[in-house]
Amino acid sequence: MPRLRRYARAMLGDRVAADDLVQDTLERGWSRVSQWRSGSDLRAWLFSIMHNLRVDQLRRGVLPTHSLDEDACAVPTRATQTDQLEVKDLESALRQLPDEQRAVLLLVALEEMGYAEIAVALDIPIGTVMSRLSRGRERLRQIMDGRQPGANLRVVR
Amino acid sequence: MNPLKITEDDLHGYVDAALTAERRAEVEAYLAEHPEDAARVRAYQVQNQALKALFDPVLDEPLPDNLHVLAAQPLISSSIEAMPAYTTIETTAGPRGNRKNQPNLKSVLAQRLAAGLLVAIVSGVAGWLAHGQYQGSERVAQVTPLFRQAAVAHVVYSPDARRPVEVTADQEEALVKWLTKRLGTPVKVPKLGEFGYELVGGRLLPGNTGPVAQFMYQDASGQRMTLYVTTETTGKVETGFRFAREGQVNVFYWVDGKFGYALSAGIAKGELAKVATAVYDQLDQK
Repeated sequence: MPRLRRYARAMLGDRVAADDLVQDTLERGWSRVSQWRSGSDLRAWLFSIMHNLRVDQLRRGVLPTHSLDEDACAVPTRATQTDQLEVKDLESALRQLPDEQRAVLLLVALEEMGYAEIAVALDIPIGTVMSRLSRGRERLRQIMDGRQPGANLRVVR
Repeated sequence: MNPLKITEDDLHGYVDAALTAERRAEVEAYLAEHPEDAARVRAYQVQNQALKALFDPVLDEPLPDNLHVLAAQPLISSSIEAMPAYTTIETTAGPRGNRKNQPNLKSVLAQRLAAGLLVAIVSGVAGWLAHGQYQGSERVAQVTPLFRQAAVAHVVYSPDARRPVEVTADQEEALVKWLTKRLGTPVKVPKLGEFGYELVGGRLLPGNTGPVAQFMYQDASGQRMTLYVTTETTGKVETGFRFAREGQVNVFYWVDGKFGYALSAGIAKGELAKVATAVYDQLDQK
């Protein structure tokens, strides 16, 4: 359970929204326990439920949960390209990645899931996992290096 | 094209240690000749470490109230002694020890459970209506068999080294009182000392339609066994033992009066059967 929280926090950047997502995930998980194929990886199953809930949230547009936690709120608003020090901040850099790239990157880095496992959990082809990982990592590196992402994305190939 | 045909995927596989030893060596040889890629790979490795360092503290944070009902609650035996049974206290010495005074856990649990169930049902129904391919949440929930719920609860909580239970065995009386109150009918905790299993503690869990209880036992080798107790089996009048196997977990389950029981552990069927029989005998005594 704490691992679901860690991933949700990294994904959403907002403590309250992240915990809400974990709660929804567990509840849906419990109510759908019968759909879990025994013997399969329970963790991957829960992550895929979480992913689907998140996709649903994004589709419905209800995502911007307003948190009263000022610490969490401050992170996304402070991230500006012009401020050299802020760009160094890994968390704000992470916020600048597209959702789909962030998801893959976090499952790899935090959960140390295999690429195939991630493909199953996110319900995307493995090639897509690889390309999102590749783009996510490169973009994060450029942001951390203080380069404008997108300006010279095609440096190394 | 490079003669070794090192692809972008290989570089990532190298970063994540997902390659075979042979391929790994090939990538290393390639990186030795391509400093730009080597720098990139190094940067990605640093990213992995930095991300972990950044978010790992979340693992040790105390869980907020709304997750208490559904997940492991941070009551830890080492710090539980001076604690009233129903009060949550900052037991996990996480980096942020800034939780405010907690309201009475009992009422919090009740509120959260009610709110949680509501959210689950509303979101579940909405989702299923939208997709049109699932049954209503309650119907799905009701057909979740006892043994599977018990097995999943076992799999989820028994490997937890630090916080396997909500209330530990040293507060057994309070535990029984609490679960009795929540389940709405007297709950008994069987003694399994003769089999080498001592009570670790228990917790409240959401079942199909309401609260269920889980007791956890552990033997000297650390092998854990859980007894899942539900009152949701009313209407079924069977008392015979049933056996099920869910992955590595063996489960004996039966219905006795208003209770449904399921005993789960990752031990041999014969051994588990002996314990299950003893549990049945103890609980059956009126």
